[in-house]
Amino acid sequence: MAAQNLQSVPAELSPEEEAEAQAHFDRVMAEDSRIEPKDWMPAAYRKTLLRQISQHAHSEIIGMQPEANWISRAPSLKRKAILMAKVQDEAGHGLYLYSAAETLGQTRDKMMDDLIAGKARYSSIFNYPALTWADMGAIGWLVDGAAICNQVPLCRASYGPYGRAMVRICKEESFHQRQGFEILLELSNGTPEQKQMAQDAVNRWYAPALMMFGPPDDDSPNSKQSMAWNIKRFSNDELRSRFVGMMVEQVRVLGLTLPDDQVRFNEDTRKWEHGPLDWHEFQEVLAGRGPCNAQRLERRRAAHDDGAWVREAAAAYAAKQSKKTKEYAA
Amino acid sequence: MSPHGNPEVPASSATEINRDAQKVSPAVVSTSSTNDRPVVEPVETHDRGAWGLWEVFVRSSRGLSHVHAGSLHAPDAAMALRNARDLYTRRNEGVSIWVVPAEAIAASDPDAKGSFFESPQGKDYRHATYYTKSEGVKHL
Amino acid sequence: MSTPGTNTDATETTGHGDISTGVAGSGDSNASATRITPGNALRPEDIALEVRTGLAEPTEDVAEYALRLGDDALILAQRLGHWISRAPELEEDVALGNIALDQLGHARSFLSYAGGAWDKTEDDLAYFRREHEFRSVQLFEQPNGDFAVTIARQFIVSYYQFELYRRLTESKDATLAAIAAKAVKEVDYHRDHSAQWILRLAGGTEESRTRMIHGLRLMWPYVNELFQDDDLTNRLAEAGAAVAPSTLREDFDRLTGDVLKEAELEVPDVPAAPGGGRFGKHSEHLGYILAEMQVLAREYPGAKW
Ligand SMILES: [Fe+2]
Ligand SMILES: [Fe+2]
Ligand SMILES: [Fe+2]
Repeated sequence: MAAQNLQSVPAELSPEEEAEAQAHFDRVMAEDSRIEPKDWMPAAYRKTLLRQISQHAHSEIIGMQPEANWISRAPSLKRKAILMAKVQDEAGHGLYLYSAAETLGQTRDKMMDDLIAGKARYSSIFNYPALTWADMGAIGWLVDGAAICNQVPLCRASYGPYGRAMVRICKEESFHQRQGFEILLELSNGTPEQKQMAQDAVNRWYAPALMMFGPPDDDSPNSKQSMAWNIKRFSNDELRSRFVGMMVEQVRVLGLTLPDDQVRFNEDTRKWEHGPLDWHEFQEVLAGRGPCNAQRLERRRAAHDDGAWVREAAAAYAAKQSKKTKEYAA
Repeated sequence: MSPHGNPEVPASSATEINRDAQKVSPAVVSTSSTNDRPVVEPVETHDRGAWGLWEVFVRSSRGLSHVHAGSLHAPDAAMALRNARDLYTRRNEGVSIWVVPAEAIAASDPDAKGSFFESPQGKDYRHATYYTKSEGVKHL
Repeated sequence: MSTPGTNTDATETTGHGDISTGVAGSGDSNASATRITPGNALRPEDIALEVRTGLAEPTEDVAEYALRLGDDALILAQRLGHWISRAPELEEDVALGNIALDQLGHARSFLSYAGGAWDKTEDDLAYFRREHEFRSVQLFEQPNGDFAVTIARQFIVSYYQFELYRRLTESKDATLAAIAAKAVKEVDYHRDHSAQWILRLAGGTEESRTRMIHGLRLMWPYVNELFQDDDLTNRLAEAGAAVAPSTLREDFDRLTGDVLKEAELEVPDVPAAPGGGRFGKHSEHLGYILAEMQVLAREYPGAKW
């Protein structure tokens, strides 16, 4: 296996050693310190991390598609440059996260193959179509906005490589939400048709964005464990409520409305509340029955397969070169 | 293995040391025994074309150390450097880059191991703050 | 004055005399791999501002010329942008994205400057001209094809653009010179990127070699057009504002020849296409590129985005 020195490799331990290792792990959790790849970790922790990080990586990569769809049609050259840079960033995010997952002993290639084979999950929101230019605004503002809400606490995730990847990602994300907001603001202040386009996009992306935080806490059996492991810092509902509060403020500046007449601040719980979400639809999309699931996977498969000969060529060239170098040295 | 910072647990034991010795990867030995640049072959996986993993170190400006920035995949060192430039310095993060095949890095094991890192603790005399009598004396 | 991005650099503020702060405040304590800055460079917005305020105003000839270079870069950026999310590996998504963004930046600068002669913005020029009004040469509009075709096109483009911009940095037109000075460094990297890939694809597998040879054969007919002089370039060359394209050919042939030789490839022996892009005669491809690029802007004429 490659890079064993930087990777986490499950160790064969005697029961006493394992108990000691577990005690150390527990202490790290209690101190809110970090676990690094060479540390012992419980098998379930490793599995949870690998699943979460790879899903997160897949989401970044699949998430490039709805926006890449508009690069060629961006209505000004400035917006074209911004959008290109943003979609490019998402490729980088996927890459950072795959790297973090690789420290847990899984290769990127295997993760990619799982994704293409439909065996892996990714954020269900990217299975909705980006139909108009205003969707570039709504995605930036709502989808990246929700992602940032989720990701900022993950910078303190207990697994070092994950946290570090998130720090880099959050720094880069800082412009994503703003550029989306500005697109919507420009549209909202534009012609009535443009404003309508903006409102329509917000209407379509609002609920899926709220569902990005995951099922309600009562329905999220793994959340508790993830919080005990300091991977998750806040519950799904907690983050969702915070996010709604921020959107309420910002949508006013935009001169648009949220498609939810039940949004309110609950004075008793000191929390923002929102209308019911269609969790049945969420499960359907997650299970593969969304508007764009097949299209998104097919596009990823095509890129991976069409690129195979290029990757092979570069690998073959490298092998030939290193052989030449060795022969020359001999 | 002993947790760090816990005085109740002895810092080291013979069995532990032996276990560590076996964990030294052969890759480390071979790269350190060749005095030339290590020649890294593409990693074998099920995908014939899958590229090896590289660690990237970036110097953010002149006078500073290279700092680990992250990892990437590349078929060879030349492309690893270019990929690193494209990926890790898109926002002016650096003026210089090192790339190292991930498998060429030897790591202490594990990160927070007591016998490896606790010996310096308690040796206050290595630090200027230990010498209090000279306090207030100028230029000292 | 504080310039963005330089303020956190402790090496500049470290004083002498006080050793303790010298140790704490300099060198490695500030080492970081994620310190990000916008940097200082000529931006398309700066040129647009200079044009608007009358600081920079191109002659009719210079504007025509800037339009040509701007259109080349714009059409190529449009082509390259398609690769983002489709590249052979994620690292290459990012690499091609960078090249596309560089080209788009050059396009915006050249078009912003050109527009100064006719009171038009970069977007007026990009979105509201018709096919025959575009001045790009035909190489830039050629389809991406497979990765080898894209690399072949990029290889020719970057070696051509490098020789062009290198000389343009000495243009008597200060704005052209400034745009070229920024662009030449970026294009130098594009040369390296494409040359690295030429070597790998040519020397990789049998399949990649076949594809590389095919890609070069597909693109090479459009090389000739890059180096054709005409009345405009003659006048500008005379005035010291631009260079006659024909004078770039020798260096182009030599340097691309070196790479091809190292890759054990022949310069493709293919007949040259007649070209005509500089006069609005394009291949069949440009119409589709523009239809896609312009559709939204034209649906809402006068709208702001
Ligand atoms: Fe992202
Ligand atoms: Fe694969
Ligand atoms: Fe983002």
